[in-house]
Amino acid sequence: MTATSDREQMAYVDAQAADARVNVELDTGDMTLNIGPQHPATHGTLRIACRLDGEQVIVAEPIMGYMHRGYEKLCEVRTYPQCTTLINRIDWLGSFANEVPFILAAERLMEVEAPPRAQWIRTILFELSRIANLSLFLGDMGVQIGALTPVFFAFRDRERVLNQIEEVTGGRFHPNFNRIGGLKDDIPKGWVDETRSVMVKMRTFCDEMEDLLVGNEIFQARCRGVGVIPADVALGHGLSGANLRASGIDWDLRRDANPGLAWDQIDWRVWTHPDGDSFARYWVRLQETREATRIVDQLLDGIPSGPIMAKVPRIIKVPAGEAYISTENPLGEMGYYIVSKGDLGPFRVKIRTPSFNNISVVPWVMKGVYVPDVITILGSLYFILGDIDR
Amino acid sequence: MGDQPTPAQTPPTDEEREGLLAELSESLGEILVDSHLRPHEDLWLRVKAQNWQDAARTAKAAGFTYFGFLSAIDWLIAPEGRYEDTEFDSGLVEEDEEPVELDASTGYGGGDTRFQLLMQLYSLDRQLGLLLKADLGEDMTVDTLRDLFPGADWHEREAHEMFGITFRGHPTLQPLYLPTDFEGHPLRKDFPLLARQVKPWPGVVDIENIPEHLEAQLEAEVMAAFEAEEGEA
Repeated sequence: MTATSDREQMAYVDAQAADARVNVELDTGDMTLNIGPQHPATHGTLRIACRLDGEQVIVAEPIMGYMHRGYEKLCEVRTYPQCTTLINRIDWLGSFANEVPFILAAERLMEVEAPPRAQWIRTILFELSRIANLSLFLGDMGVQIGALTPVFFAFRDRERVLNQIEEVTGGRFHPNFNRIGGLKDDIPKGWVDETRSVMVKMRTFCDEMEDLLVGNEIFQARCRGVGVIPADVALGHGLSGANLRASGIDWDLRRDANPGLAWDQIDWRVWTHPDGDSFARYWVRLQETREATRIVDQLLDGIPSGPIMAKVPRIIKVPAGEAYISTENPLGEMGYYIVSKGDLGPFRVKIRTPSFNNISVVPWVMKGVYVPDVITILGSLYFILGDIDR
Repeated sequence: MGDQPTPAQTPPTDEEREGLLAELSESLGEILVDSHLRPHEDLWLRVKAQNWQDAARTAKAAGFTYFGFLSAIDWLIAPEGRYEDTEFDSGLVEEDEEPVELDASTGYGGGDTRFQLLMQLYSLDRQLGLLLKADLGEDMTVDTLRDLFPGADWHEREAHEMFGITFRGHPTLQPLYLPTDFEGHPLRKDFPLLARQVKPWPGVVDIENIPEHLEAQLEAEVMAAFEAEEGEA
């Protein structure tokens, strides 16, 4: 069913319910089905309470908070450098990218700018964490709808990217590598060439995924036309990242609101898809992973020389002010609104995470879909639970 | 980075945002209380809380259709501070330096009350963001934006449980993160952070010391490895 508006969808559900009422033999009665909190499709502990009429979902309500850690409150009692340790753990598959907007916001308030070399290495690591994050999605989406092989490929190849991140930062998952004013360290010797060969492998991985899933008849049958999100609904709910671009909206913060990283120095493009269904979301992420490998390749060619840290005081005090900086993270727009009062730590931090907004569309999009499609839609919206609950 | 660097003497001008500010102040009229513009960064508009919905509608009509986030700020100075009375924190302040006294300022665009709403919107055509603020009165009530921006639904639920703000016309103001029987509003500044109260924040890594009888041996090993490396180089 590919309804385009809220009203059409409701009309459809109403009609189905009316049919069921007329045909008393087929009246199945309502039933509540809990998907999660321990379901693989929930990537953690998210519960979707579905009210079913037969095989159809009437109401789907995500219930979260199983992993709420109160990061906004915890940031208020920490110093700025201590905060990055916490915010690493928001989207744990693309940790490096989490730190960047926070550090950039603090840098904006302090009026320091990281040296060009630091900005380039930041951008490279940012894109590497995007590849690590999205490649797992590319395989995982297959598992959600019954294709086991892709996920093994994904874990195998993601490891190569994690190795590269580890080699620079020392951490596979939680690098904690950004400092206000630059980076902790420079890249090690020989890393550039190694990364280049990994990028070649990741492109092969993308081709494999394209062969295994995108061209697969069953995959297409399960994904095409399922969970259609029109552009206005996507905007109203604040969807971001590939979910927004799969609804045909050409918006990418890397290009449209670049906060000073090296994306404007190279040649790349933003991928969009007009359909807005689960297949489109998969396709856009696949293209984005490929594009990211190209971005990394170009960036590796042109790393400027120079220092990796700007001059900052030993004890970091951020002048009073407010700043909101968001970047295009693997999952979508991640932003930090920092209120500073000139102290060692932030006065208030509002963390705008992509998954929170992306999942808020679930009650709308799941009205009237069939039970198996619930999993497809959840998988294709792609969220990390730490990113919803914070 | 690609732009020409502006000389430090002349203050940078931001025609896009200035134009937007002029346009919105005209259409908002009396609803607008105060504004603040940081060139090439952001634009803050403070509006009256009783016209919160009108302000959002005006912004939406001006092209700001993409919903970013909605939250609140509690401007009270936390009575417990940052629980910074530990050994580690005292090392962060130079000896001759006074610790920072937090003033009662209320940020860009100002604010007269303790609680302030905060919302961020984007306009895709203009490629600009907009930050809307509104002071909340004693009743802590404001109209819901659910009909304008469906995404505000969850953000309002979060603000409700975390700050105790009531959104008039919101049908399901149930807790989003907290257990249903939770009392209090955790993100308010006077809500104590219990974890810090029951256990002092160490601030430094509490690693066990190396046993004495191993220390000399380890040091010798490290020195040997170091010297070997030096010799190679």
